[in-house]
Amino acid sequence: MIRTKVAYDLQAIKAKHELLAEYKYDIKPIDRGYNNRTLHIDVGSRAITEKPVSGEMKRLFTGGKGFGMRLLWDATRPQTKWNDPENEIVFAFGPICGITQYAGTGKTLVVTISPATDIPIDSNVGGYFGPYFKFAGFDALELQGISDREVIIYFDGDKGVIKIFSAPDEEINSHLLAEQLIEMYAKDEQEKKSFCTVSAGEGSDHAYMGCLNFSFYDRRRQLARLKQAGRGGIGSVFRKKKIKAMVIKYTGTTPNNNNVADIETIKAVGAKYHREMYENDDAQCDMRHTGTPHLMEIMCDYDLLPTKNFQFGGDAEQIGKVDSHIWREMFTQGIPDGCWYGCSMACAKVIDNYMLRTGPYKGHVVSVDGPEYETAGASTNMNIYDPHFMAEMNFYCDTYGVDTISFGTTMAFVMECYEAGILNLEITGGYDLSFGRGEESMEMLHQIARGEGFGNLVGKGIRWLKKYFVEHYGADPQFLEDIGMEGKGLECSQYVSKESLAQQGGYFIANKGPQHDEAWLIFMDMVNKQIPTFEDKANALYYFPLWRTWFGLQGLCKLPWNDVEPTNNAETDEPAKVPEHVENYRQLYNAVTGQNISADDIISQSERVFNFQRIFAIRRGYGTREHDRCPYRGMGPVTETEYLSRAERYDKQLVEILGVNPEGKSTAEKMKLLRDYREGQYQKLLDAVYARRGWSRNAVPTVEHLKSIGMDLPELLEVVKANL
Amino acid sequence: MITVNTESFPWEEGLTITRLIKRKRFTFRMLVVKIDGAVVKKPAWPETKIPDGADVQVIHLMSGG
Ligand code: SF4
Repeated sequence: MIRTKVAYDLQAIKAKHELLAEYKYDIKPIDRGYNNRTLHIDVGSRAITEKPVSGEMKRLFTGGKGFGMRLLWDATRPQTKWNDPENEIVFAFGPICGITQYAGTGKTLVVTISPATDIPIDSNVGGYFGPYFKFAGFDALELQGISDREVIIYFDGDKGVIKIFSAPDEEINSHLLAEQLIEMYAKDEQEKKSFCTVSAGEGSDHAYMGCLNFSFYDRRRQLARLKQAGRGGIGSVFRKKKIKAMVIKYTGTTPNNNNVADIETIKAVGAKYHREMYENDDAQCDMRHTGTPHLMEIMCDYDLLPTKNFQFGGDAEQIGKVDSHIWREMFTQGIPDGCWYGCSMACAKVIDNYMLRTGPYKGHVVSVDGPEYETAGASTNMNIYDPHFMAEMNFYCDTYGVDTISFGTTMAFVMECYEAGILNLEITGGYDLSFGRGEESMEMLHQIARGEGFGNLVGKGIRWLKKYFVEHYGADPQFLEDIGMEGKGLECSQYVSKESLAQQGGYFIANKGPQHDEAWLIFMDMVNKQIPTFEDKANALYYFPLWRTWFGLQGLCKLPWNDVEPTNNAETDEPAKVPEHVENYRQLYNAVTGQNISADDIISQSERVFNFQRIFAIRRGYGTREHDRCPYRGMGPVTETEYLSRAERYDKQLVEILGVNPEGKSTAEKMKLLRDYREGQYQKLLDAVYARRGWSRNAVPTVEHLKSIGMDLPELLEVVKANL
Repeated sequence: MITVNTESFPWEEGLTITRLIKRKRFTFRMLVVKIDGAVVKKPAWPETKIPDGADVQVIHLMSGG
């Protein structure tokens, strides 16, 4: 099959562009990983300005997400809403971003005030935009304002020219728009690799779970591939600003655009890592062939693969339909699928020659970027164990600019509401939304894109729906609070956390909401039993979130840290930390910047930004203990069916932990005992974690703690003092 | 009886590490196994017999997530 090519009159489309603003800047070389300036664009007034980056900014915020948070704080007021003109989307890159000698070094960190959570969200995304934008001259880009018409922002990183055009006729959906724009601007096939686009889609026009697509041009497939900044509705903000796309051109990529302090060390560390990757990957995670879906059957075996809205941890009967063998077959093999130069982990797998079965592009033959584990898990969560559904949902979510995780978790919630009788055919517009209904789920997604029907409500996410179902359909609010798997307004990603108290904390204490990139402790806690005490769990929930935050400060991908490991990792003192890789990162940072930081300094860099983000939420009226609430579905069985499905496990716990004999007790009585216990444990965990992090019992960083980490800035002290 | 990750597990004559992993359904691939605190490398798992009363750790390293 040949991929469907949609024909356009690109000249006619381009002829409609009206130049609205133009800005020229001096091109200067990067100095040891930093440009020392950022760019601000107000798409409302069309003003384009440069800002210097101070030494203090670098010292306190390092880069990437740190810069993003600082700039967003300065640009907004505590009252700023996601759809106010002053809300910004900040794209930031970090000092290591863009080196080509190590794996996973091309990430952009995107932050904004989220429509889903009303606090800052951050998302980490691949594709070439981050490195190109950094090489073009800036450490971050702020987009502010709301345009009065659809625009495209064009960056010519070779010449130092920025233009804002009106763009009335281009597509909105990303797979077509990326192709149109690259075709429009690249002079020939050879030049296409030098272009990268950022766009959303029609789903982002209506949903609060909009995502952004960052392209990179795949020369072998002659295709603009898409990677997503998925979480928290950043795409919705982008479309609210009436930005159709950003396009960057940069042709000058070299092995040392960052002008690093010590290129030889970077080459040596990179070569060692690549060797490890080639030697160990096949026997370890097989990332190069199967990508993250290698986890499917593993998660099912450990009762962690969400099924029927996190009621169950997998389905042994069905898993064979979507396990790693299926993906290995469906993904095209033999093409290195790295989302930035130098990524030997190359996990960005593709299903080529997929013919769409539904929606506006039905019958088109396309390449599907993915699915990743999270997308496949979002589908099993709806009890849809069908690889074709997963591919279809993945494709349309991406091109519509809808986050697959939020869509899947929200649909799973809706399906449970449907089966519980809260919803019916009349309410859903005639669609049976029972668990397992693939066609109907796809229709909901298409409705999100069209902004119509029940799907349009689904796109608003679980927190919004809970309120709506109570107000309009008389739903029991407690039941919805129990089964709605969201925290802080963000839908939970795809791991069952019931049997891991540490992961309940990892999810629901997380600054932005329950996304696994802050902490993933399930094996350490639930399987290895390495962190049995509250103190142990609190230590893990201190170290790992800070360690993982650091990837976001640097423009790095987390996967190369621990999805392959040195052969002797087992013999080290702390294998869970992968000490050799920590040392690699320390050396990379020092070799880029010319500094000499220690492994502890890495944690300190993160701790400053981590606390800043927490205080940012508090400044906006959130971020305190009540907002770290975990829905009971995340902790234990909400329904009798759920309890009975794992009755042996729960009964045993009643005996061994609570000293209660379950004989003669009704399921409801046993559930109540278990619930009281587990909810109490979670509260104790909060106390332990807050104390370890230097926060008050109400989750507010203390003045002493801020002083000890060098973050006693007047604007932060003002916020914490008002809340302590 | 042996202890596996702090929990009791029935011992049997000739129990090897490979067999234990199978019986526990530990299908994750990135495992570190220690018997009474000493690491046993993967190639030796099929041959290594676990003594009765041993304290076994089967550490699942983090990946994914
Ligand atoms: S490991 Fe995968 S997601 Fe990360 S940079 Fe490499 S290809 Fe991209």
